[in-house]
Amino acid sequence: MIVGSQKPIEEIWNMVKDFKKVLVFGCNTCVAICHAGGEKEAETIAALIRMKASQEGKQMTVNHLGVMRHCEPEYFEPVIDEVKKYDLVLSTACGVGVNFLSDRTGTVPVYPGINTSFYGAVEAPGVFKELCAGCGDCIVHMTGGICPVARCAKTLMNGPCGGTNKGKCEISKDVDCAWYLIVERMTKLGTLDKLSAIIPPRNWSTARDGGPRRISMEHIREFEEKEAAKTETAGGKR
Amino acid sequence: MKSGSTLEKVLASGNPAVTAELGPPMSADPHEVVKKAQQLKGFCDAANITDCQTAVVRISSIAAAAIAFQQGLEPVMQMTCRDRNRIAMQADLLGAAALGLKNCLCLAGDHQKFSAAGRLKGHPGAKNVYDVDTCQLVGILKKMRDESKQDGGDPIEVAPKFFIGASWTPMADPIDFRPINLMKKVNAGADFIQTQGIYDMEGLRAHMAKIRNMGLHEKTAILAGIIVPKSAMMLKYMDSSVAGVSVPKALIDRMNKAKEAAGDDKKKAKELQEQEGIKITIELIHQALETPGVKGVHIQAIEWESAIEGIVKAAGLYPRPQV
Repeated sequence: MIVGSQKPIEEIWNMVKDFKKVLVFGCNTCVAICHAGGEKEAETIAALIRMKASQEGKQMTVNHLGVMRHCEPEYFEPVIDEVKKYDLVLSTACGVGVNFLSDRTGTVPVYPGINTSFYGAVEAPGVFKELCAGCGDCIVHMTGGICPVARCAKTLMNGPCGGTNKGKCEISKDVDCAWYLIVERMTKLGTLDKLSAIIPPRNWSTARDGGPRRISMEHIREFEEKEAAKTETAGGKR
Repeated sequence: MKSGSTLEKVLASGNPAVTAELGPPMSADPHEVVKKAQQLKGFCDAANITDCQTAVVRISSIAAAAIAFQQGLEPVMQMTCRDRNRIAMQADLLGAAALGLKNCLCLAGDHQKFSAAGRLKGHPGAKNVYDVDTCQLVGILKKMRDESKQDGGDPIEVAPKFFIGASWTPMADPIDFRPINLMKKVNAGADFIQTQGIYDMEGLRAHMAKIRNMGLHEKTAILAGIIVPKSAMMLKYMDSSVAGVSVPKALIDRMNKAKEAAGDDKKKAKELQEQEGIKITIELIHQALETPGVKGVHIQAIEWESAIEGIVKAAGLYPRPQV
């Protein structure tokens, strides 16, 4: 899932203070799981903004709302007219949601209420950990299921650097060395010999380095178009 | 000869090689490089010119290497994977070769958060590159040299002929993987290896036995890293905090003793510890060179380049072979 974390209220206040009618708009999937931007958190942020506004003597209307997902039109379309009545939408969805909604709110600006951090998992209640970098060319079958792109601070592909200290990364004793984990895991799996092969320089064009990415699944698009045409024809006969 | 560098020639001659290290300044003043080059010239076969070591901005390795080269010191330019993508790397390699540089040591580089272990501000917020890793960089240098091709496949009319080096930390975690790590660098094309600083010579002997069993000591020239200790405090720090470095208690005790012998006289304590450090260094050099499979030593006198002359002479490694 996409993991996010709340922005400091001071930063949020500086974003919203000059608007009269603000909607704090939550997203109830990924960012709700990580307690950053679900409807519940949107409600809290709205309350904090109202409190700040009253302290600063500003006249503001601040409401909150939440939908299941900001990244699919079907979820926010039922409320989009309501959303457009505000001067500002403070979206507490991830960056995807903020961008996606921005394209669809006409003249109403959409500001980010949280910081989108990474693709991660729930390691323990309240602990989230980055595990994938979305590089577009997965190689973890060669590294014991552990991703060196996301989990090695240097994205090393051929083994650890000299900075591994007691299984931890040189950047912090709180960060596991990905290559320490890879070697440990592959030893357990009996596949360590796979690591003897040199992985050549990667083609990073599948990652963000290749420019913004888009995947278009033609068979799905064709199917949807046919279905839409059928509905139209059926409607015409009626 | 792959490169014709002095380092390559000394190793080919069968003599133990000596490399040293020159840290460029955090300043645009070339005189410090000139001064250090003068201190090292004649007492080593080549000197590593560090590439923004500890993730701190300094005169670039290539520029400082070119200055050192003008002074008659053979440089080993260093290139980290931290700061350049493969385009910049290859451009710099062509440029470095055009300036006459013949040795290149490939490194991952300290992470930008390191900032001289927090002693300087550094640039912890910098973006790192790591487009390629050390193994891949070694392969790129080899492809450029031996196939006259850029990594992308475009031809190179005049190929850069580098003697290719890489580093190796034999005693860091995951320790059982370290020989494979070395093997990969050697298979990628590393002609010489400089190890992380070693104080635990028993450990080195054990690891070199594994390396000899793999036959790697025949495929590459392994130079044992020796970091000249300056104080008991430094040895304790290296032992507790530097990855892959363990310092035997006996060495720390010796330095402590040297320090204590000075009583409250801080200046004397410094002098006595430095003298003991040099003694320890000379012993380490001898032990390293007696280790089968070790072809030379890489002596790092960090910010103490003036110590190299005395060390090399006292270790019986002077004069350096004329090749």
